[in-house]
Amino acid sequence: MIHHLIPRVVVKLLIPFVLLFGLYVQFHGDFGPGGGFQAGVIFAAAFILYAMLFGLDHAQRVFPAGVISFFVAAGLILYAGVGFASIVLGGNYLDYDVLAHDPVHGQHRGILWIELGVGITVAAVIVKIFYMFSGRGRD
Amino acid sequence: MSVAAHLPALQVALPLIAAPLCSLLRRPGVAWGFATLVSWVVLVIAALLLAQVLSEGTLIYEMGGWAAPWGIIYEVDTINAFMLLIVAAIGAIVTPYARHTVTAEVPAEQHNLFYAAWLLCLTGLLGIAITGDAFNVFVFLEISSLSSYVLIAASNDRRALTAAYQYLVLGTIGATFYLIGVGLIYMMTGTLNISDMAERLPDVANTRPIRAAAGFITVGIALKFALFPLHLWLPNAYTYAPSAVSAFLAATATKVSIYVLLRFEFVVFGVDIGIANFHFSEFLMPLCVLAFLAGSTVAIFQNDVKRLLAYSSVAQIGYMVLGVSFYSLDGMTAGIVHLFNHAMIKSALFMVMGCIMLRVGSVQIKDLHGIGRHMPWTMFAFVLGGLSLIGVPLTVGFISKWYLILGALEEGGYGFAIAAAVLISSLLSVIYIWRVVEVAYFKPSPHGAAEITEAPLGMLIPTWLLIGANIYFGVQTDLTVGVARQAAALLLGIDL
Amino acid sequence: MELLGQFNYWVFIVLMMTGFYVVIARGNLVKKIVGLNIFQASVFLFYISMGKIFGGTAPILIEGADDTVIYSNPLPHVLILTAIVVGVATTAVGLSLVVRINEAYGTVEEDEIQQLDEET
Repeated sequence: MIHHLIPRVVVKLLIPFVLLFGLYVQFHGDFGPGGGFQAGVIFAAAFILYAMLFGLDHAQRVFPAGVISFFVAAGLILYAGVGFASIVLGGNYLDYDVLAHDPVHGQHRGILWIELGVGITVAAVIVKIFYMFSGRGRD
Repeated sequence: MSVAAHLPALQVALPLIAAPLCSLLRRPGVAWGFATLVSWVVLVIAALLLAQVLSEGTLIYEMGGWAAPWGIIYEVDTINAFMLLIVAAIGAIVTPYARHTVTAEVPAEQHNLFYAAWLLCLTGLLGIAITGDAFNVFVFLEISSLSSYVLIAASNDRRALTAAYQYLVLGTIGATFYLIGVGLIYMMTGTLNISDMAERLPDVANTRPIRAAAGFITVGIALKFALFPLHLWLPNAYTYAPSAVSAFLAATATKVSIYVLLRFEFVVFGVDIGIANFHFSEFLMPLCVLAFLAGSTVAIFQNDVKRLLAYSSVAQIGYMVLGVSFYSLDGMTAGIVHLFNHAMIKSALFMVMGCIMLRVGSVQIKDLHGIGRHMPWTMFAFVLGGLSLIGVPLTVGFISKWYLILGALEEGGYGFAIAAAVLISSLLSVIYIWRVVEVAYFKPSPHGAAEITEAPLGMLIPTWLLIGANIYFGVQTDLTVGVARQAAALLLGIDL
Repeated sequence: MELLGQFNYWVFIVLMMTGFYVVIARGNLVKKIVGLNIFQASVFLFYISMGKIFGGTAPILIEGADDTVIYSNPLPHVLILTAIVVGVATTAVGLSLVVRINEAYGTVEEDEIQQLDEET
């Protein structure tokens, strides 16, 4: 493997900011532009950038393929779980109003959890797709 | 609130949350058991919903508490509930059946993902049937289609990959056409709610975007349910898919798409959309006649029994849409009842093929010599299913054809010609079913075939359950024809 | 002038037909997926054009703004976000099928695959 020194150093500096921006987009989603899908893609992009410069093996040490599969499922379970929670709390499926003491807070809370679920699944799915394609034909 | 009030949401949400859970179950048997359990619960929910609709009328469920037309609502009326029951019943019968064939045809480490895709496919199909929102239909259409591409490609035959690819390309084009059509309607009416659309459409009916939308939606959906000549993806997909997947998709995927067509053509475009004497039946009817004549003829020349059944499906889709295209109560009843009946017939026949695939390792006609003596129960199921496909009295096939011919004769003039064409196509189906039966019972079994044994009970019981349903609903038609008649009246806006 | 005013709809149609043509005319399975993507992207453009209101701003509530502020219709954007996700999923499934086809057949050309199938 050739050592691309400059890209490596730049990327090392850049990745924390990409991740931070991903988190900003994620948690800003309930009262402004942003949301789980975009955040998930940004988050995954940081990982893919890392994997491209430091190799797939290093990336998989950080984020093993088995853990990824778990997160793919976990996000969706969280999403659907919020729906079931609102049924249990007396509303319709995915009715956020009942999730907190008053509807506005409930909406905030509901969107936060839903977006988190979306974010986790999207980030995991994108990284998973990358792992699948780049790992193909190696073994 | 009681659980009963949330049944429409649970119908879709349950298999949806079950799919990721299933993907986490690494032990193959556990994943299968879980999927089976879920499919049974889904069937119970569908049955309860139908009972609720029949006693109380249309149910409306507001997703997230947002009222229509702004929010997505699930609207369950007689026809939806009937579709849900078809999909859920086939799911509940094929999922337990799947165990042995999937073990034989899919690598063990992929079973959890296979059943997750299976449940997602079920979610998508149920979702299409239940939702009252035009865009939501697109989303569920893609959920079911994407998971069915994956399911088809799970087979160990490499030709399944190209079949799935072909299906993916055509299916995506179909879904995108549908999306364009919905976009055009949204542009003109400003709503995505199907009932609301139907109310607002008359004001803008005589405009070019609406006519274009009708064209896009009809063609897009016709691609999805493989109306002749848009059926190219279907034979390969059903032939090379894993046996359980063929049995499941052949019975449900095309039926649900036909339901979408019904919804749009009658509920949304039910008004005069301004083209002189335009009825979509005028161009669908000749296609349907071509579909069953060509489908049955091509089926005769197939050497692979699964492919033969797939071409027969093309023909049967012709019957269903033909019934619908008559625009009459009898015709529509025939179309809807055939949705249900064909689901049972074709699923049972594909399940028989799965049994043979498991024991013989091939479903080529030349490999089936004398199989009737080695697998008596399996082959007898094929004979009964075949008789039902032909339309012999005391089977469900007869009920469908009876109403179809009644509907055709009502049309007068050309109706006689169509009725004759239906009869000719039925005779053709006698030929292709006979080809298989002849080989299986009257040809000597080849040397060394003695070790072929009967299929395991886990597969025979579901198969015979469906064959039994074929006979039962062929005699006892109150439920199927009664519900289909109500649904037809609802779509045509007639009070019974 | 009316025709020019509907500029983005023309682009939509041109893109749609281009994508469609690529899907039908190309024998290479990867190129077909690219065509399919163009085809889908054209529909995204169509929806977004539909949501645009002349002089409208981004549909975010501005505090203290009066009633004269016009917002673009956000619904088509939301719909198209969903459609983009569907498009990504379709592309991923399509490309992974192509990868497996390449492993099984050793080629991604449609006519060569057909030839290999006929031989067996």
